[in-house]
Amino acid sequence: MLLKHTTPKEIDRKALTINPAKTCQPVGAMYAALGLHGCLPHSHGSQGCCSYHRSALTRHFKEPVMAATSSFTEGASVFGGSANLIQSINTIFTVYNPEVIAVHTTCLSETIGDDMTAIISKAKDDGFIPEGKKVIFCNTPSYIGTHVTGYANQVTSFVKNFSTSTLKKKNVVNLVAGWMEPSDMREIKRLAKEMEARTILFPDFTDVLDAPMDGKFHMYPAGGTTIEEMTATGDSKFTIGMGPYSTEDACIALENKCKVKFDMVDIPIGLKATDRFLMSLSRHANVPVPDSITADRGRLVDLMADSATNLYGRRVALWGDPDTLIPLCEFLVSMDMRPVYVVSGTSGKLFDVRMKEILKDIPEAKFKSGERADMFLMHQWIKQEGVDLLIGNTYGKYIARDEDTPFVRFGFPIADRSGHNYLPKTGYNGAAHLTTQILNALLDHQDRTCPEEKVEFQL
Amino acid sequence: MGTKKKADLEKFRDEVVEKYPKKVGRKRAKAIINNDPDTIPQIQANIRTIPGIITQRGCTYAGCKGVVLGPTRDIINITHGPIGCGYYSWLTRRNQTKPETEAEANFISYCFSTDMQDSNIVFGGEDKLKQAIREAVELFNPKAIGVFSTCPVGLIGDDVHNVAKQMMAEYDNKINIFGFSCEGYRGVSQSAGHHIANNQLYKHLIGNDDTVNGAAKYRINLLGEYNIGGDSFVLEEIFKKCGIELVATFSGNSTISHFEQAHTADLSMVMCHRSINYVAEMLETSFGIPWIKVNFIGADATAKALRKVAAYFEDEELKAKVEEVIAEEMAAVDMAREAVLPKTNGKTSMLFVGGSRAHHYQELFSELGIKTIAAGYEFGHRDDYEGRRVLPSIQVDADTRNIEEITVTKDEKRFKERITKEKIEELEKAIDLEYNEYGGLMADMEKGALIIDDLSHYEMDKLIELYHPDIFCAGIKEKYVVQKMGVPLKQLHNYDSGGPYAGFKGAINFYNDIAMMVSTSIWKELKAPWEREEVIEAAYVY
Repeated sequence: MLLKHTTPKEIDRKALTINPAKTCQPVGAMYAALGLHGCLPHSHGSQGCCSYHRSALTRHFKEPVMAATSSFTEGASVFGGSANLIQSINTIFTVYNPEVIAVHTTCLSETIGDDMTAIISKAKDDGFIPEGKKVIFCNTPSYIGTHVTGYANQVTSFVKNFSTSTLKKKNVVNLVAGWMEPSDMREIKRLAKEMEARTILFPDFTDVLDAPMDGKFHMYPAGGTTIEEMTATGDSKFTIGMGPYSTEDACIALENKCKVKFDMVDIPIGLKATDRFLMSLSRHANVPVPDSITADRGRLVDLMADSATNLYGRRVALWGDPDTLIPLCEFLVSMDMRPVYVVSGTSGKLFDVRMKEILKDIPEAKFKSGERADMFLMHQWIKQEGVDLLIGNTYGKYIARDEDTPFVRFGFPIADRSGHNYLPKTGYNGAAHLTTQILNALLDHQDRTCPEEKVEFQL
Repeated sequence: MGTKKKADLEKFRDEVVEKYPKKVGRKRAKAIINNDPDTIPQIQANIRTIPGIITQRGCTYAGCKGVVLGPTRDIINITHGPIGCGYYSWLTRRNQTKPETEAEANFISYCFSTDMQDSNIVFGGEDKLKQAIREAVELFNPKAIGVFSTCPVGLIGDDVHNVAKQMMAEYDNKINIFGFSCEGYRGVSQSAGHHIANNQLYKHLIGNDDTVNGAAKYRINLLGEYNIGGDSFVLEEIFKKCGIELVATFSGNSTISHFEQAHTADLSMVMCHRSINYVAEMLETSFGIPWIKVNFIGADATAKALRKVAAYFEDEELKAKVEEVIAEEMAAVDMAREAVLPKTNGKTSMLFVGGSRAHHYQELFSELGIKTIAAGYEFGHRDDYEGRRVLPSIQVDADTRNIEEITVTKDEKRFKERITKEKIEELEKAIDLEYNEYGGLMADMEKGALIIDDLSHYEMDKLIELYHPDIFCAGIKEKYVVQKMGVPLKQLHNYDSGGPYAGFKGAINFYNDIAMMVSTSIWKELKAPWEREEVIEAAYVY
């Protein structure tokens, strides 16, 4: 048993987090920064963070993930990291020539209180920021919030630094992408294109974290929201934020700065969340939903109907980020599955409110968010009463093996499989893909474990 | 193949230095060396990383918690800090472990953290740490708990050592609790973390238990072997076959009692010199256990290492047994090598890995007929490059000065001379025993090979562009960068989920994996047929 020390007996933990369902802010900021074309993320702290974050993202995407670091030493940690960052900026522009350096911080630079505005403006005064190039920053203290918070902070900094209103509104809808895969963004862009809606998606990981192999290394891949597009978001007539935890701050900043109103929807995972996203886009871009998309929806409903017998009443345990767990649980419930245990290391009232609403007809459901809402707790719940399915990141495989429970990989990080950044989970097509994965996991397990006389040839 | 351009240092160094800001270029030039094994030029190493250069390096916490203590299964390692550090070092190094019984503790697949919040930064985190220890004890009842400091801990002044002491008292000293001041900003790389880990192992674990386990006459420690991909398992098997008792491995597939009983061995073998040479020296000073440098990466290297052990114990029976094991294992090794040589012979490699493998793996590559034309460490010191003879001339700079140096003295009660100095000298002459010695990477590389310390992304890019090696060895951050360029990258930190690569069986695995990598068909498909020059242009016919 890989997790043999986990017992059903819960104690009221007040200090010890075990097997977290979250990680720290900067990796989210680094991730989001990759969605800006020509941008090099920069970690202002000691270099261990930067290496860990690059490694975590690389393991997940099986793609290059570039970022630089201020490489604090003990001296800088005591006297401030100003000289380190200025030297970084000089080296980066000289050697790596990005359009933008997107700086984020760590618990180190936040604890010592480095003044980022002052440091960057000194770098500018000293002539280390070439003409036409930009250095932006966001504060991402690791001891506040989680990786989702870091993502949100980075996306907000894009708005603060680039979005500009020329007072000439254009018939364009901004789509602010919450934490999702490039495949998900590709699907969302496809849907918008099919609707003939004019949109600007930011951040945008397509052609960055699913880049083709052509024999060359492109430090700044073809994809990513361009600075021109990012600037133009201030002139769009409306914004749709997908995933309140990762995008609402940016939407509010954009409204405050450029008077672009916004609608907050869930990341379009599953039937209903996709419905709501499309209706919002249809309404605000003033375009109808074409028949082709309605047919996609019909195909998904057809698949769900076909699968109902095998999914009905199945108990599911899930862990991950609130912006994905909310629509995912809603989707499971729409298939009459029972998300009985849900944990998210990222805390927030909204998660609790939404979960309560989504799970209202499942009295045995337990959910928890924030500190110590970890995978150890969830495993203890499973030990108390088992589940039929696990949905979450790679760390779930240890539970899946110990408890012999079917497992669908979803979220971040998925370190032990590849291709997830190619196959969407969003939109109706993504939902169909997800349904198939769930069904396959359940049926593969059944085929492997049922008595021989019960092996079925057909569904 | 075999006609690959020889690494031309001048061209490479000029292009690199030119590109950097002046000061940076001057600094980097000292870390990019044209090798000459006869004179062994001086290299600049173990100095601070240049900000913004895109380094491969990690931090002190990673070197301490992630590398040295991580592999031991029955210590609860609590990361005192915000969640990231614990999270990223959770199951990401492939140090495998295999408890002997179901009842034995194994915490390897768990991540424990105090998950510091802003209030802990403002008001201090000591109380939370104490509570976390209590909860760990209540839930898991461990024999030992290690507490690992992260960046903010040092800054806000939490005293993890004092907390550990208090908590030990709370449990009547029945649980061994100790702290590590391995804040990420200490030193300049993972290396400082190794040193800190070594010191604490010595202070809190080594020598705690005088039990002499096992019946075998020949008792050894294996230092600096972390069981990545099962390397230690293979070596354990070989020792057993030879009738050698492995007292302790630092720290692959290890338990607390390994550390506690390490002082009862009669010889220490050092694999990874960088991470564990401190413990090797302490075991010798304190208990009189000599250490020799070995390399179990490569079949020939493994045979050589076994012969050294046999020579050290001066026992004819052991010598005969070792020769028998070597002969038996080599049959399969030779067969495997013959089978892959046509695919690998004459190819070139470049190795930029941590603090030891960039050297060790050259032996394996040369067994395949693959020449290493450039190599370097992330965080090796000058002695790892130039050999320990330069130790007296290494100056400790300001960035490393604050890493604790502990003074170790002879343990009067338990010190025992294992072998006379005269005997050692005699053996050194007879075979290359490498007693208290490590010759370093440079001595084993040919004249004109490139040696580069703390390789940057830019330098890596340039290396590949100029010399286009057949295989590049580094880590996960480099892997997909290099592969986009059409060059296969073998990860020599995590072995790309492969391994074991140590010992005889490991060598066979490596031969096969490298043969597979250099002959994988997909590299020929980087260009679409309509982009290839040889495609005949078609015209529409209506």
